[in-house]
Amino acid sequence: MLRLQLIAIIRLGIKSLMLHKLRSALTMLGIIFGVCSVIAMLAIGEGASYAAQEAIKKLGSNNILIRSLKPPEAARQQQGGGGPRGMSLKYGLTYADGARLQATIPGVKRVVPSRIIRENVRFGRTEVPCQVIGTLPFFAEVTGVELVRGRFLSDLDERHQNNICVITAGLAQRLFPTEDPLQHSVKVDAFYYRVVGIIRETGKAEQRTQAGKMEGQPLDNNVYIPLSTSRTRFGEVLIRRTAGSFEAEEVQLHQITVQMQDTAAVETADPQIKTLLRRFHDQNDYELIVPLELLREAEATKRRFNIVLGSIAAISLLVGGIGIMNIMLANVTERTREIGVRRALGAKRRDITLQFLVETVVLSIGGGLIGVLVGMLTPVIVSMATDMKTIVTLWSVLVAFGISGAVGIVFGLYPARAAAMLDPIEALRHE
Amino acid sequence: MASLASQPEWMIRTVGLQKTYVLGGENRVHALRGVDMGVRRGDYMAIMGPSGSGKSTMLNLIGCLDRPTGGQYFLGGDDVSQMDDDALSAIRGERIGFIFQSYNLIPQLTVLENIQVPLFYQGHDLRKTLNRCRELANLVGLGDRLDHRPNQLSGGQQQRVAIARSLVNDPLIILADEPTGNLDSKTGAEVLDLIDRLNREGKTIVLVTHDDKVAARAYRVIHMKDGVIDREVINRPPPTPPAS
Ligand SMILES: Nc1ncnc2c1ncn2[C@@H]1O[C@H](COP(=O)(O)OP(=O)(O)OP(=O)(O)O)[C@@H](O)[C@H]1O
Ligand SMILES: [Mg+2]
Repeated sequence: MLRLQLIAIIRLGIKSLMLHKLRSALTMLGIIFGVCSVIAMLAIGEGASYAAQEAIKKLGSNNILIRSLKPPEAARQQQGGGGPRGMSLKYGLTYADGARLQATIPGVKRVVPSRIIRENVRFGRTEVPCQVIGTLPFFAEVTGVELVRGRFLSDLDERHQNNICVITAGLAQRLFPTEDPLQHSVKVDAFYYRVVGIIRETGKAEQRTQAGKMEGQPLDNNVYIPLSTSRTRFGEVLIRRTAGSFEAEEVQLHQITVQMQDTAAVETADPQIKTLLRRFHDQNDYELIVPLELLREAEATKRRFNIVLGSIAAISLLVGGIGIMNIMLANVTERTREIGVRRALGAKRRDITLQFLVETVVLSIGGGLIGVLVGMLTPVIVSMATDMKTIVTLWSVLVAFGISGAVGIVFGLYPARAAAMLDPIEALRHE
Repeated sequence: MASLASQPEWMIRTVGLQKTYVLGGENRVHALRGVDMGVRRGDYMAIMGPSGSGKSTMLNLIGCLDRPTGGQYFLGGDDVSQMDDDALSAIRGERIGFIFQSYNLIPQLTVLENIQVPLFYQGHDLRKTLNRCRELANLVGLGDRLDHRPNQLSGGQQQRVAIARSLVNDPLIILADEPTGNLDSKTGAEVLDLIDRLNREGKTIVLVTHDDKVAARAYRVIHMKDGVIDREVINRPPPTPPAS
């Protein structure tokens, strides 16, 4: 019975709103824009932070990464040609650093050193620029390497300085489009390395080069060789040919990945590692990357972003709500006679309140629904037009829609009450 | 006095009914200054009098649209003067049918929907009462106009819709404030014929008019002046009320 009544009131509300189609549509626009912008902006923000968080998570939240950095003052010296010719620039992490970390920092599970050298890798006539990473067998577990075929580096390889390598799936595709990689060897510099395994990289530890910035290199062209092999084949002094000049640097290790027991250990170890390294390095030739911290920062950024968005949304919905209230007040004045007639025919005050409240709620919920549709469509279009990732979350839709409904009730209550409190005779006499 | 007034033979009974409008400060208008009168079941009474004499005020009080500032008003035995807004709304919806000078149909509703409005507020299932609404529309001669909107109808037709609407809750009394005031004499006569017919079928009618010819249709006429009943004229003896 009550439900029937409510349905009838809603139909009546729609009918009254349809009487002024343009006016109702314009009133709804405020809510539509509000809801749409909330959903779309949250979707874009969510997508951006999701991408960032995924990247960070892949570094491993229990890991601390230490990377060698070319010290800025040394770089300047070299560019100016100040350094004596033939002298190599010496900087970065050392084997001793690795050993000290393992020995002195509490809560360390594993320390995985790696050397990262940029070289071209060849098979037959194909030549692909790669990162040749010399590392220990632990590397696989610490950075979450996923084996596709064959095996990863072994302790035996390390001990015997075997000329073997493990390559990433993408590289395997490019070097061996038609052949089985496991049957062949690739050539790096002057030496051949037998391919023993293919991996899919889930950890993106090598995503940044040692200089700490992204370079135009595809990320998955990695060749893993035993650390001992890297040391003997490439030596400590690396020569890089850049635009006609030589650049010789002596770097023992490019990266040390410290795997901690748990996230709590990460937090205590972070300052300890800094202190330890500061004692043994006089120049600023390393950087610490704590994925956990980055993750927290990313989350904090996202929270701030959501607060800003929330405020914008609140303001736009507030403006929409005021628009609704304004129109409803005009509506009540315009329909004073109708209110009087209804009261004369037996309508109680709450019937009138309900009638006008339902009208505002229909307006705002209608606007909310359209806003949700447009708001869910906008991110899709944004994703297609740009390559930004967008994620429409259920909660953003629910919140936006819920607020639109609440706006209708809050801003509809006053006009509806005003209508209900009209004196029936005054209302009937109204022109 | 009250015991007499509340005797059920009186459909309407007022005792010293007063209405004073306070216009702010010391400025007051005494629209009614003590009206005693009664209307029996099946009666047909006209109220006449000069403009500003309190006719509409009287009718609004009878119709429970307003509350008196003094005196008592009994409707079917209930003391209405002390009721709250919700109770008055309920009484209007259940016992009273209004016919206004300016028809007062709701513009966005069709003829059928306008007739249904009082049912709606009584909580009726509108689908179950559809037949009754159609019958009433036929009664007032608009059975083929159910889907029309008020602005597609002539004044006389609109007033007939209003009459159908006033009947839909099967009220005890029908109150009409100058129902023919906006109509030409021919259409007015048609509307009045309809009202006469309702009275013959048992409805109690109170009607305000300025027109002697209209008043002549009633059994009796009360003439008001300055907020009191000046005199009462009996045109014909009213029928004896049916035993209840
Ligand atoms: N809401 C109001 N506020 C103040 N005074 C009012 C109000 N309603 C009516 N009056 C006054 O009460 C008196 C009676 O008015 P009422 O409308 O009852 O007259 P009426 O007999 O119906 O006149 P008419 O024939 O012109 O319709 C008038 O003096 C009028 O000015
Ligand atoms: Mg009047």
